[in-house]
Parts: sequence; C-alpha cells; structure tokens
Amino acid sequence: MSITVYVPRDAGALSLGAKAVAESIANEAKRRDIDVRIVRNGSRGLYWLEPLVEVETAQGRIAYGPVQSEDVPGLFEADFLHGGGHALAWGPTESIPYLKNQQRLTFARVGVVDPRSLDDYLAHGGYRGLEACLRMSGTEIVQAVTESGLRGRGGAAFPTGVKWKTCLDAQADRKYVVCNADEGDSGTFADRMIMEGDPFMLIEGMTIAGLTVGATHGYVYLRVEYPHAQRAMEAAIAVAKAQGYLGDDVRGSGKAFHLEVRMGGGAYICGEETSMLESIEGKRGQVRVKPPLPAISGLFGKPTVINNVVTFACVPLILDKGAAYYRDYGTGKSRGTLPLQLAGNVKRPGLVERAFGLTLRELIEGYGGGTASGRPVRAVQVGGPLGAYIPASQWDTPIDYEALAAIGGMLGHGGVVVFDDTVNMAAQARYAMAFCAIESCGKCTPCRIGSTRGVEVIDRMLAGDRAERERHETLLRDLCETMVAGSLCALGGMTPFPVLSALDHFHDDFLGHGKTVV
Amino acid sequence: MLSIVEIDYGTPKSRSETMVALEIDGQRIEVPEGTSVMRAAAQAGISIPKLCATEMLEAFGSCRLCLVEIEGRKGYPASCTTPVSAGMKIATQTPKLAQIRRGVMELYISDHPLDCLTCPANGHCELQDMAGVVGLREVRYGYDGANHVYAKQKDGTANPLFAAKDESNPYFTFDPSKCIACSRCVRACDEIQGTFALTIQGRGFESKVSASQDNRFLESECVSCGACVQACPTATLSETSLIDKGQAEHSVVTTCAYCGVGCSFRAEMKGQDLVRMVPNKDGHANHGHSCVKGRFAMGYATHPDRITTPMVRSKISDPWRAVSWDEAIAHVASEFRRLQAAYGNHAIGGITSSRCTNEETYLVQKLVRAGFGNNNVDTCARVCHSPTGYGLKATLGESAGTQDFDSIASTDVVLVIGANPTDAHPVFGSQMKQRLRAGARLIVIDPRRIDLVRTPHIKADHHLRLRPGTNVALLNTLAHVIVTEDLVNETFVASRCETEAFAKWRAFVAQEKYSPEAMENVTGVPAASARAAARLYATGGNGAIYYGLGVTEHAQGSTAVMAIANLAMATGNIGREGVGVNPLRGQNNVQGSCDMGSFPHEFPGYRHVSDDAVRHSFEEAWGVPLLAEPGLRIPNMFEAALDGSFKGLYIEGEDIAQSDPDTQHVTAALTAMECIVVQDLFLNETAKFAHVFLPGSSFLEKDGTFTNAERRISRVRKVMEPKGGYADWEVTQLLAQAMGYPMNYTHTSQIMDEIARLTPTFHGVSFEKIDQLGSIQWPCNEEHPSGTPVMHVGEFVRGKGRFMLTEYVPTSEKVTAEHPLILTTGRILSQYNVGAQTRRTANVMWHDEDRLEIHPHDAEERGILEGDWVGIASRAGETVLRATLSERMQPGVVYTTFHFPGSGANVITTENSDWATNCPEYKVTAVQVTRVTQPSEWQRRHRAFTEAQEALLEQSVKPA
Repeated sequence: MSITVYVPRDAGALSLGAKAVAESIANEAKRRDIDVRIVRNGSRGLYWLEPLVEVETAQGRIAYGPVQSEDVPGLFEADFLHGGGHALAWGPTESIPYLKNQQRLTFARVGVVDPRSLDDYLAHGGYRGLEACLRMSGTEIVQAVTESGLRGRGGAAFPTGVKWKTCLDAQADRKYVVCNADEGDSGTFADRMIMEGDPFMLIEGMTIAGLTVGATHGYVYLRVEYPHAQRAMEAAIAVAKAQGYLGDDVRGSGKAFHLEVRMGGGAYICGEETSMLESIEGKRGQVRVKPPLPAISGLFGKPTVINNVVTFACVPLILDKGAAYYRDYGTGKSRGTLPLQLAGNVKRPGLVERAFGLTLRELIEGYGGGTASGRPVRAVQVGGPLGAYIPASQWDTPIDYEALAAIGGMLGHGGVVVFDDTVNMAAQARYAMAFCAIESCGKCTPCRIGSTRGVEVIDRMLAGDRAERERHETLLRDLCETMVAGSLCALGGMTPFPVLSALDHFHDDFLGHGKTVV
Repeated sequence: MLSIVEIDYGTPKSRSETMVALEIDGQRIEVPEGTSVMRAAAQAGISIPKLCATEMLEAFGSCRLCLVEIEGRKGYPASCTTPVSAGMKIATQTPKLAQIRRGVMELYISDHPLDCLTCPANGHCELQDMAGVVGLREVRYGYDGANHVYAKQKDGTANPLFAAKDESNPYFTFDPSKCIACSRCVRACDEIQGTFALTIQGRGFESKVSASQDNRFLESECVSCGACVQACPTATLSETSLIDKGQAEHSVVTTCAYCGVGCSFRAEMKGQDLVRMVPNKDGHANHGHSCVKGRFAMGYATHPDRITTPMVRSKISDPWRAVSWDEAIAHVASEFRRLQAAYGNHAIGGITSSRCTNEETYLVQKLVRAGFGNNNVDTCARVCHSPTGYGLKATLGESAGTQDFDSIASTDVVLVIGANPTDAHPVFGSQMKQRLRAGARLIVIDPRRIDLVRTPHIKADHHLRLRPGTNVALLNTLAHVIVTEDLVNETFVASRCETEAFAKWRAFVAQEKYSPEAMENVTGVPAASARAAARLYATGGNGAIYYGLGVTEHAQGSTAVMAIANLAMATGNIGREGVGVNPLRGQNNVQGSCDMGSFPHEFPGYRHVSDDAVRHSFEEAWGVPLLAEPGLRIPNMFEAALDGSFKGLYIEGEDIAQSDPDTQHVTAALTAMECIVVQDLFLNETAKFAHVFLPGSSFLEKDGTFTNAERRISRVRKVMEPKGGYADWEVTQLLAQAMGYPMNYTHTSQIMDEIARLTPTFHGVSFEKIDQLGSIQWPCNEEHPSGTPVMHVGEFVRGKGRFMLTEYVPTSEKVTAEHPLILTTGRILSQYNVGAQTRRTANVMWHDEDRLEIHPHDAEERGILEGDWVGIASRAGETVLRATLSERMQPGVVYTTFHFPGSGANVITTENSDWATNCPEYKVTAVQVTRVTQPSEWQRRHRAFTEAQEALLEQSVKPA
C-alpha cells in the first residue's frame, strides 16, 4: 500500500524550495523502491515551517519542516514515512500549537486537501453549502448570510447580506458576481492561500452568490502576480464545469452560473472595486464614483455582487452549518473568524484564523513570537499600506473592526506587518505617500497631486530647521485632512492614516537631524 | 472654454417628470428626480464650486471642489455625483467645506503656471474663477516640486513631466502645462463626439491628456470637432483664434451654414470681428455639439478670394469690369428683358440655393414666377433630394422627414441606408453613435464599409454591402421577408394605410423574384444577411430609417424612397418617437429651399402650380397672373440652352458647373447662353462662364432662417455687415425692382410673414415666435402652434398611408468589358460639397485632394499602387486622380469625393437620372481605371481655362 506524503504547491512554499523537495522525495522513494503517493496540497499557513512536509500515518498526519531538498535522504533514513523521529519533526500537524490554537472555519481544508481534486473537496464537506443553497430561496439565503453577521473581508467590512440583498432586489436582464482577488496589500496572502489551497471553496461561494442574486456569470479578478493561483483556479473551474457544478444547469437546478478568471494588469488601484470593474471591462483602471453602488449598477452597468475571496469562501460554511454557527464566533459587530496574516519582521510568520476579539499582543507575541531579528517590536502596521502604525501602547486592543477604528486604525484585509526598533517611522510615513503617488489612478485631485506633495513636504520637513519643520508639519497635517476628506476612494482617503499615526506616535523620528530620509 | 454667456449647471438635465423636494442652504426647492445636488443648487441660484463638472458631460467627481455636507450622511459627498432625494438637507458652505476646497485648490495651483494675465483663458478661466471663489491666498507647497509647468527643473535639467505646446491642429492649441487633468476633454471626445481619440495616459501625478497614444493632435484619430476645446476649463485647449484675438465681447445666436443638421451656434464677436463659434447648448438640433466645419471652418467668410464688387463683361473671354450695384442690376434687368423680348418669355430662369436662407430662396422663386413671368425656377435640391420630396409625398403625404433628431433616443434599431452620417452629418452622427453605444442595434446598407459599421464601441449587427444601383432590389427583398415571414404590423396597416394599395403591395413584394435568395446575385447581399436584417428591423422594437443621397441619386431614387416608406408603414415604424423615415439633407437649407417653392412645378408648401386655388392665392398676394404650367428643371434648362431657346440664367449661390453631373454637357450649355448671372461669394466654376457677377453675402452677414433635415426652422442672424454691401435677399429685391416688379421688404421678417400667410404649414411661423421658442419644426399652424417634432401621429398627412409598388428596374448604366467597374461618389468630413467654403480654410490639412478609393484586388489587377495617378474613364468623360487602396471598397466598386473642381469627378458622371425627378444618377457610373502618367485631356483644358479666367479677374477694371 502506498504512503501518502503532502508537499505543498502553495507559492509561498514553492518559493522556499517545495518543488525540489517534492522531486527529491519522489526520487528517493523510487531509488528505495517505496510506493509513495505525493499530494501537492495547499499551505497550512505555517510559513515559518515551509516547506512543510506531512506524512499520512495511522496516527494522523505527521509534520516535518522546514524541509530542504538535502534533508530528504535523512528523512528517509529516519523513516519519516512512518512518522519517524527527526530534527525537523513536529509530531502530528494538528497538534502544533500555532495551528491547534486557531479556529479554522474558512481555512479548515486549506493545506489539508488536494486542491486539484473535487473528490477530496467533496470528501471534506465541500459543496454542502451549495446543496443547502439549492433548497433555499434567494431571500432565505440573503437572510442567512445577513444573520451570520458576515462582513466584507476585503477591508471595507460592509455587511455581505445587505449587499446581496441590494443586488437581489435590483431588476435587470443580467447580473454579475465578481470576486476581488487583486490581493495587493503588503503582507497579505489569505486570498492566495485559498485559491491555491482550496479553490473549489471560492467557486462554491461565488456560485451560491450567483444563484442567490440571479447572476449568471462570475469573474475572478486575479492579480497578475499570482500565476499559481491562476492555474489552480482555472483547473478547478474546468473540473467544476465538467462535473456540473458550473455551467448552464448547476447541479440540475435549471440555473446557470459561469465563471472565468480575469487577470489584472499590476495596478494596486484595481483592487478598489470600481477600478476593478473598469479593468474587467477593458478600460483604464480608474475609480468610479458611487453612487450608483455596484450592487445596482456595476459590471457593464448591471447589478453586481462584488466580494473578496475570503468573504465568498465564508459563505459555504454558513449555509452548511447555519448562520448561528458562524455568528457565535466573534465579538461585538465583528462576527465569525478572521484569517490574520502575520508578516514582516516576525519570527513565526503565517496565517492565523481566529474569532474576532484576539488582541494584537496575543497575535504578535503569542503567535508571532516577536521579531525575526530578535530585537524589540516597535510598531505594527495593520490593514495593509493604508493602515495605521500601531505602537506598543495600543497592542491590547482587541482585533475587531470597531475597536481598531476607535484607535484610528483599520483592520482591512487582516494583514499585520511587524517592525523592530530599527525602523525609521518618518521614512515609513514618506513611503506611505510615495506608495500612494505611485499607485494613484490620477482621477481625483487630493490623491493625484496630494500624494506627490506629501512626499515633498516630508522631505522638506526632515531637511529643514525647527521652524521649517513646524511649518511643514502644519502643511502635512492640512494635506492629510484634505486627502481624508476630499479623496474619491480609500487610496487617497486612507494614505494619511499611516502618515498621521507615524506623526502622532513616533514624532521623534521626524526631528530629522537635517538629513533627507530616502 | 465654454461660451461667454451660457450658464453651466454642472450636470445634465434630468428627464424625469417626478419632482423631488429638498433643502439647500435653507432654501426649499423642487427638481426632477435624478437631478444632481449640484444642478439643483445651480437652479436655485446657489453656485457650488466646480471644475470637472459641466452639464454637457456625465458627472465625474474628480476635482473634489464641489463637496457638500448632507444631513445624516457621512463625509463630504461630491454634489455633482450625488443625486437629490426627497427631504435632503444640504449645506454648500461650511467652514470645513471651505477648508477642503482651499486645500484642493492649493494643490491645483501648486502645479499650474501663474501667468494668468497673459493667458488666453484670462477672463473666462474656470480655474482662475474657482481660485477666487475659494479664497486661495497662498500656495505653501511652493513651486519647486514636481510639476508640469516648467521646461526645466530647479537644477537646470529637463523636466520629464513637461510637454511643449502642440500646435499641430490649425484651429486649436494644446498646452499641457495648463492642464488640470479634469478629463473633460477626454470625456467630451468619448461621450459627446464618440471618437475616443483622447485618453489620460499614465497615472497619478503623471496623468496627462494624450491624443491617441502620444500623437500630436493632427496625426491622431482626432476629428477636430472641438468638443474638447469647448469642454476645457482652462487654456489647455484653446481656439487659435481666441489666442490671437482675445476674449469676445458679445455673442449672437445663429445657425450653421454647412450641412443639413443645422447646428445652432453662438458667434462670439468683437465688434464685427468673429472670435470663435461656440455651439449653442440650447440648440435643439445639436445640443451644444458641432463638427470641424461648423465650429472652425469659417475662414472662407473673410477670405481674400471673396469678391465684393459687382462685375460685368459682355463675353466670357473678356476681362471683368467692376461696376456699381446700380449699373450691375440695371445691366442684368436690361439683358433679361432683351432676352425675353428676343427669345420669348421662357428664355430666362433662375436657380435658388440650398445654402441661402428661406427668405432669399422664396424671393428668387417669386422673382422668377412673378417678375420673369415663368416657372423656370429650380434648386440644387434637384440633384440631391428631389426624390425624397416626390417619394414621401406619394406615400406619406408630406415631402419631409418624419422625426426630430432627438427621436433617436427612443430608437431600438437604427437602419442607415445610403448615408454616411459620421462624415456628412457629423453632429447627428455623434448623436446616433451615443444611442448605438447605449444599446440600439444597427443595420447599415451601403456598398462601402463606412465608419459607422465599425467604430469605437459600435459594431453594426448587419452590414448589407450591396452593389451600387440595387437599392430597390434589396429593399424589396427586405419587404419580401417581412411579408412572407408574417412580420407585418397588421394592426397598424389596417388602421392607418390604404387597404387596397397595401394588398397589392403585399402580393407584389411576396413574389418569389423578390426573395433574398432570388435577388442575391443582383444585390450581392447574402440572403441570410438580408433576412436577418429584415427580421431585426421588423421585430427589434422602434425601428428608424436614416437615409441620404445613396438612396436618392439613382435612376430609381424616387422608387427607393417609396420602398423605404413602405417598409416603415408595413412594420408600423412611423408616427411616434423613435421610429420614422429620416432623410439626412446634404446642405444646410435643402429642406427649406424645397419648402419655399423652388421647384418649377410647386409653390411654397409643395403645392402644384396647376392647383387653381393655390395659384390664385399667390396671384392675389403678388399682384400678377401666374402660369399654371411647370417650368424647366435644371437639366431641361441645359437642354433648352443647347437648343438655343434658353438664354439667361440667374444663379444664386450654386455652382452647377462643378456640382452637376456630366460637366462637359453643363459647360456646353452655359457657353450657349447669353447672360449668366452668378451671385456668389467667390468666382466659382460657374462664374467662370458668367457675364455678370453679383457679390453674395455669407450667412454671417444677413438675417433669415434655415430649415434643417428635421424641418426645424432656425434663425440666421447678421453679425457683420455684408462685405459686398447687400445681403442676398436685397440683391434679388433690387433685381426685381429693376425688372419692374415691385418688392419692398425692409427686413427679412416681412418675407417670412408673407411665406406664413401664403403657406398653410407655415401659418404659425414668424421671427418673433422663432426667437421665443428657439426654433420651430413645421408644420406650425393653428393645429400645431409650437411646431411638429414628429409627423403622421395618429394619421398620415395624406390621410391613409399609401403603399407604392416598387418594381426593380436595373439602371441602364451597366458594367461592360470597356467599363468594368462602378464608380460611386460621396463626401468626406473635413470638406463640404463643392468645397467653395472649406477649400478656403485650413480644413485642407485633412483633405487636400480628391482621391479614387479602389479595392486592393482591383488595384493589383491594374498594377496600381497607393498614390499612383489613375485615369478614370466613363462614357461621359475621363479624369485623373491619385489612387488610395482601401478595403472599405468591395471589389468592382470605386469611389471618390467631388470637393475639388480640378478633380473633375462630374466629368465622368453621366446624364442618367431619376425617372420621376431627374435627380442625377451620381452614385452609379461604369468606369475603367488605368494607371496613367499625366492629367486627363479635360483636366488640361480645365486648368488652362481656369488660369485664363483668373487672369481675366486680375485684369478686371475697377471703377474710377
């Protein structure tokens, strides 16, 4: 009987050598004439252990990591195929505290199943949500999604049920479902992990959305930097189509839902939903004004449900296990779980799915284990490049939408980037403006001109004497107000958050010492 | 720059009839649902600062100056993109808003030159105005940062963001250093014009306006309509004339004298000097849009070629003698009387012009009928739309198009046949494209692949690429499908049309010989395409037919017009918004000149001269007996001249020697006459054969009215004194007086009053009412006091619609071994008709010669390469043009324009004409095309003649 070995095909694992590891295991097994079946799974999200090799044993899956190609002969020697002891051994994967202490609802299958296998998906509870959906009316589904408390996981945290209802109620000859998979925030990878590790879940979520609101066509708008996710999604879509989970008659329901992947062109702004619609329509990626809401007039002017990958991925479980099951996780108005993505200068980077309410400190210190450099953590940026820098004094803030907003931050897509005490926060503030200047679509004035001026003002502030500094700080703060109040979309409107948080919490870094920060 | 007098409400008007009440700055107002907060405020007299908004364009929301506070809403919504809702409470001025606006303006000015005093927009710059409104007092960012303003950076190196002025377009200058990236130009090009030539290139601070992709404007896809120039809030896109002359001080509304769209313009003036033409936002035909001709091609009006002194000569080989008006008029009167005495009353006649006003046209036909005492009056509409008059009168009962242009907003299926709106009627072409982009379906019937077939965001559902000369055959196949596939709107036909005529027609078109399959070999149109197109037109919702000279200028022109009317009636596509039969008129006043009784057989209002009651009414009004027999049509005049019975001709504003077919026949006729009087702006081709030249006046120099393709009567207003001293109507009046027939009008309004009195469809028309309403679509009378946008509502003008049998009779003009190709003719955007006007403008930069378009296959067979000189020979004559290889053409068909006299396009066209109206068969001439090395014999003669005539003009003797 063959022994099953899991070596992730996840892009993060591949970048750390997973492909070579898989090949070495295959070669070594062949050399030793051992029947080994290698499954290329997704990542468990324990990136500090990648490439994480797992072996299926009678005691369950046993983890070894991080494994490099040259470790493979040694692993065979240690009889890892039967869970043998080794310096890289971590025992049963599920028992690794980092994983064990998570609440994996959305990511339950990611890293577990073979992402290319529909059978595997079905065997692990896949498509139960769709089955439930097929027994329900659109209104009932919207009701369930609303009751689950699910809010958009892309960053805006808008109640998903409300959005779906708007689209459901809109009258049109055609509707669309669009998945925003333009995961561009620094330090985020949850979307990618799902698409590479459990693509059928996204397909199922989007299919449910389509059947709910009456949309017949869906698009996954995928950032061009994700070729592995593209291959995974396209392979899964082909299988789902062949097996009747997509197409003119989804599972005999008489309802059509078609799905295709559209690749982005590398612009951050196309992660903004209206720019994304422009891009899918083949136009320049430029922000549209709202209203009209995309749920009423979206893609090609038709009612469109737009959600992030994680949001769609949450839906099958909600329909399968009921709204209450999901709602029971979380705190306040933030219900369910959130896949946090821990990155930057951190000892144990990875994906941590937990119910809302965990504190930042628990995440950074508990899961992250402090910095990779071993120096003290000085700041964390939560929510991507537009998120505030949060100082140690605020790390006891619980991770939920409202609590973070209360301290001037935002949770965004759940990315948390850690900095040690060597970071220059003035340079980080400058970077925020520079990022905005590079990525601004150029439509609205505060963002288009303001971001460039922001960089210049910070440079002058840092180069000048005290009087200059104060004068320019006033100007910088005024500029930030103009951008916050005046910008058309979140890029210009939120770029000031990291700038102001750096100014407010790390003011000393702006004293400049007469040097230009580059 | 917007007009100097119009108020811009910021966002388009809402069409909703539901009213919404809201409160802005404590003021309660009611506006239609869908109105933006910005527009609602503007209507209440509250102006919210704005830069990227203009009511010509959809709201965009980019400048962020128009932010407001709305009770109960988060943040600061842009008033341009926020629609009103009931009970809204809005504050437009708060300290916070003031702070944001000033902050935004500070950013704008940090990347803008500070040369306001020497800037062309000074005085009407929106950026300058807004800087004032928000109270910007300093720019704390300084001017050393990144910018698009200065060619060099602080350290002396070249500024990569700077771009020099683009002065390639002759009419406007693009100065990117002044651009505020509001996208108004880009949006105007997209939303209004539909050319999509402009784009914003780059992103963020590097965003810049770019014509095509980094091209100069002239080399880009830009069609120079000027919408971008009008939309620009700064001096970035400015008319060159504005740069040269400075801001105008007054503005006069008038009507364009180019094509039959009849755009309304505001002539912006400095005294008598025209600074620029700005399309009138309130113009009912054009809604503030224009084309390269109407907006920019005005140079001819003040061109040095204008002849402003009357001239006479006894024979055409003599030099001209400049004379006083008195002498010229007396000379004409005496010559005409002499000719009538010697050769009979019928020996003289007149030709009115579709470029002159209704009043002028009316006077010329009155002069002929009452003063000359015959009915020898015709108009250049003879050679363009006479079949329209005949065909629509016979079927529907009125010689005019059935709709207004705006009707297309409700059209679901647009059928264009024998028309090229984007070139020949560009402003309506743009309106049509707007509707097509919004989802209407499109059928194009044309031998050529005109632009409309495939243009940005538009693709014809069906392009029926028929062989020239087979319109009637193809239209019959469409009718065949509609009848045999039970697609007839039986209810409509039963209630609205003559039963017997319909029954006959149904049986007639149902004949197997008219099935698309049977006709496929005749028309060249695949049967399946014809069937699909017929089904679409019959079942696709509101179907509207737009047609042009590709329908009328055929041996069966009138038959084709009737076939079109039949289709519309059979499918019930007539008598309401969104449908109809719409002739696109070539010249500005084709409709008007026909309405005014320019045809030899009709009095004003299309009433036959043999109708006693009508004739008596005119006899009574004009005080002379009138003839009950029709007079000579233009081709008959030529024949009579060659016979020696027709000797004198008064031609107002038409150039028959260039525009009429079979040039050599025309010039022979002209040469045979004894007194040809040409009244024109220029010494045109016909004037070279003339004995008397009377200076004409441009449309800027006189008062009157034009009637466009939608029967819309609009005012032409004098903005400058006539260069020759008299407006054209005054010259006609002088001539009448000299010939002993009294005319004593002191203003053109009196002429319109007379027209209104004598013409039932014009009873309600007066200058006063036009001034009041802006424009009027006739019929305007007791029944329709405000005019009639859509005709035949409820009932046809003739009572019941009459189906006419339209037997296809192939033209006698057939391809042979000797002449194996078919030549068809048309127009191009930048030139107009015979080119007398546009050739004297910078429009020649786009088109400075007529070329022969030929399919690469036909070219290859003949060894013709792009740009080669080719001889084009027909049985009528031969000329030489350069060739352009084009897959727009179908093999076997060649095409040219006729804008340049030396091209001799009409040397080749033949004497064939429409059986009913004598409209020439311009569209079908059998030709051979060969590579040649020298001009044709005719061209050599023409050049020599032209040089001789120009020399004679040079030698003309000025009066002491």
